[in-house]
Amino acid sequence: MATAILQQSGTTPGKTPAAKPKTKPNRSFVHGLATNKKALVGMAVMAVFIGLALLAPVLFPGDPSRITAMASLEPDADHWLGTTAKGQDVLALTVHGARSSLLVGLTVGFASTFIGILVGLASAYFGRFIDEALSLVTNVFLLLPGLPLLVILAAFLPPGLGTVILVLIITGWAGSARVLRSQALSIRSKDFVAAAVVSGERAGRIMFREILPNMASIVMGTLLACVVYGIGAQAGLEFLGLGDVSTVSWGNNLFWAGNEGALLTGSWWVFVPSGVCIALVAFALALINYAVDEVTNPRLRKIKTPRPATAETLAPIERSAAK
Amino acid sequence: MTVSQTSFGSHEPVLDVQDLTVKYIGDSRSTTAVDRVSFSIGTGEVFGLAGESGCGKSTIANSIMRLLKDPAKIAAGSISFGGRDVLAMSPEELRRFRWQDVAMVFQSAMNSLNPVLTIGEQIVDIFTTHAGLSRKESLRRAGELLELVRIDPARLKSYPHQLSGGMRQRAVIAMAVALKPSLLILDEPTTALDVVVQQEIMAQIKELQRELGFSVLFITHDMSLMVELSHRMAVMYGGRIVETARAHDVYADPRHPYTQALMGAFPPLTGPRVPLSGLPDGVKFRNIPDLAEVAPGHLVAPFGAGDLSIAHGTQATDDEDAALEGAIR
Amino acid sequence: MRFILRRLGFYLIAFWASITLNFLLPRFMPGDPVSRMFARSQDRMQPEQIEALRKLLGVDDRPIWEQYVDYMHNIFTGQMGVSISRFPTPVTEVISAQIGWTLLLGGTALVIAAVVGNLLGILAAWRRGGAIDSALPPVLVFIGSFPYFWLAMGALYLFGVVLGWFPIRHAFTDGLEPGFTWEFIGDVGAHLVLPALTIVLVSIGGWMLGMRNTMIATNSEDYITMAEAKGLRPGRIMLRYAARNAMLPSVTSFGMGLGFVVGGALLTEVVFAYPGVGYQLLNAVQGLDYPLMQGLFLTITAAVLLANFLVDILYVRLDPRVRSN
Repeated sequence: MATAILQQSGTTPGKTPAAKPKTKPNRSFVHGLATNKKALVGMAVMAVFIGLALLAPVLFPGDPSRITAMASLEPDADHWLGTTAKGQDVLALTVHGARSSLLVGLTVGFASTFIGILVGLASAYFGRFIDEALSLVTNVFLLLPGLPLLVILAAFLPPGLGTVILVLIITGWAGSARVLRSQALSIRSKDFVAAAVVSGERAGRIMFREILPNMASIVMGTLLACVVYGIGAQAGLEFLGLGDVSTVSWGNNLFWAGNEGALLTGSWWVFVPSGVCIALVAFALALINYAVDEVTNPRLRKIKTPRPATAETLAPIERSAAK
Repeated sequence: MTVSQTSFGSHEPVLDVQDLTVKYIGDSRSTTAVDRVSFSIGTGEVFGLAGESGCGKSTIANSIMRLLKDPAKIAAGSISFGGRDVLAMSPEELRRFRWQDVAMVFQSAMNSLNPVLTIGEQIVDIFTTHAGLSRKESLRRAGELLELVRIDPARLKSYPHQLSGGMRQRAVIAMAVALKPSLLILDEPTTALDVVVQQEIMAQIKELQRELGFSVLFITHDMSLMVELSHRMAVMYGGRIVETARAHDVYADPRHPYTQALMGAFPPLTGPRVPLSGLPDGVKFRNIPDLAEVAPGHLVAPFGAGDLSIAHGTQATDDEDAALEGAIR
Repeated sequence: MRFILRRLGFYLIAFWASITLNFLLPRFMPGDPVSRMFARSQDRMQPEQIEALRKLLGVDDRPIWEQYVDYMHNIFTGQMGVSISRFPTPVTEVISAQIGWTLLLGGTALVIAAVVGNLLGILAAWRRGGAIDSALPPVLVFIGSFPYFWLAMGALYLFGVVLGWFPIRHAFTDGLEPGFTWEFIGDVGAHLVLPALTIVLVSIGGWMLGMRNTMIATNSEDYITMAEAKGLRPGRIMLRYAARNAMLPSVTSFGMGLGFVVGGALLTEVVFAYPGVGYQLLNAVQGLDYPLMQGLFLTITAAVLLANFLVDILYVRLDPRVRSN
């Protein structure tokens, strides 16, 4: 090993100050995710749920909420997860519930992140008054307690799935805007952005072509967090009876379970599956999120068990290599 | 390896480092930051360690106090202090050894002070921990220490951000000499300061050293400062020592091309203006061999034209070749 | 001082925004929820009560700015109309009767979760790769993935219905005389266990991981190395140097976390029929009680803003750098 050279390479400053750290980190980022155990587990769980949601009409054709059997049956061979107090098949409700819950979660996640990107980039790029104003609005939204706000919004809007999605976006974008703004600010102060500004590139191009690609991992983390928020908040809203009661979703399943007294009659099989599904999806997304953090921030990575680096094991190799 | 034990002070070295090797253990490969480095420091001696940033100077300083953090590991070698094996100390022994025997002034005073504790509290906890003094007595001693480095004792109640850069570094120096250690490590103590403050700080350190008589390991990349302050010095490159001798010998007669380049890269503090020369772009040394004695107490790593290489990717123009010739001379 | 004043100004703006939102919502929403509400409950009301509610909810012919001034005046004099679901009790009375229970539940759970979570985070970061650091985070993240109300349902079913260890509904046993007697306090405590446990379980992971990650960042600061070099005892370095600095961002996120915890506490109350404002919120939703919904929103917002302001004052005490700027 040429020890004298190894040290050198890291310390030589980049020849061109405007060099963009773009392609290389991204490639190692994808590689890092693909080899990260947490990320793999998370993605596998998500793949299963998305698959179930897509295949629901094939697996359980027809309306899942129709009454097919006796009420409150315990799980058996015909109804793997038993039936509700109305006599609906719990498994069909759960699998079909994935459709609405994932749809709402993903829509809310993407939309909130998109708004967050716009606000964050505009804040960081234009600065001054625009930044002050946008930050104020963001912080006010962050501070207002989410659930009561959700409740009054949902109560006054006409009920329906669209309302649920809209309301969740209104309450969900601020968190992502705050995170993305601070990241965009730090990239805004880098030399290559200054170079782009001086060379007269248009504002939109600088924001979306120069700044945005360098925050890929933060955007991804924000997106995942927003999806988790969307799924959880939708369930909470529906549990209060403020959702679209006619759709089959995990939150509505829990709402009916509570309404029909599943807890007190001991029908645990009615409320356990939907809750576990929400938790599994949220956990899977959280795992991917932590993996993204670990890949981009090596300090958080798990320390490998330190190998016994004694003079006997290392020194001879060094000596021979140095010759 | 043969390193002369001639030191300025007594013949009994305070610190003796032999074949120290430090590695950064990575996921897939390891990097050697310090490679078979040996030196010793006598009582009351000021020993300088020079070299560019990233050459392993600070890693050596942190190894001596065993402050290395993962993934850095001491892979081989020995460090002995006053005859005691530093690498074999138990955590409790190590804790007592730190600051009482060896103290250290870090590069950036702003970052090495706890921002949420007052200067006073940060000095007091040295006395309460090591000397077992009462809070009241510790505070009195802390005030004296600040006076020693010419800071108003009223500043004990100040937080770090309320002091100027120079004052902060002086406060850190005061902390370093609090327990009268026998070795003081100065890791680029003036890097972040402006030139006037730099001179004040160095004068302060010299004065304290005369008064208290501790040995100093002085780390810097500023050659003129180093020659001024040190008795003996070593020049490091890529984790290895390439030359070691009395400071004035290195200054007057640098043998290794890297030392020559380093000498040429800094203006002398006094004397006529001379054009600066440094190591040409892209020039690197490979596989630096062990030191050999070229004059009494003057050791240099043998070198030949084959040890020099141009980094891959840069075109070796005629100009650079000429510069190379000059460097090898 | 300037910091505190700036924050105070910000909270006033936030409160103004929530009042204005409350004012605008019934006036500009499509459909007419207000008439639906009146259609349901008109026969029980006096004409002047109907008139006052109409004005409050925007069924009003006056110009909008006049309505706005009037509305602001009403809010600041505490006139939020009468509750429909608890007719004819005024909204303010309904809320003030219930909010104590929410403060008890939310406060207990919040303090336990924040203190225990932060301590665990400190220990995990200090012993990287140790037992706490490797075992707890995944477990807590998994538990934290469940919706509050689902975990509440699970706890109620398991510890209340099946095992029968704890009471499953209300804040104290029916028929017990409230007062400062050991019997009553013990009873309230027993009723508090399950709902508080639920909230603590869901929120503790966030505190722990947040603290752990800032601690890890703090541990690589120069002043930690310096403290080690000074030969200080490990416990002192961990608490006075590392944790003392790492808790600063944790304190700031306390305010942000508060909104979430309040939401979770509300849903938990619903499951346990705990007589706090969350349970009232459910009643309000089911009874189309718009005045109560709005009153609850404003009250909860005000409480969250006030708590944030208290946290800011605490922050100034903890960070000397903010004090002098």
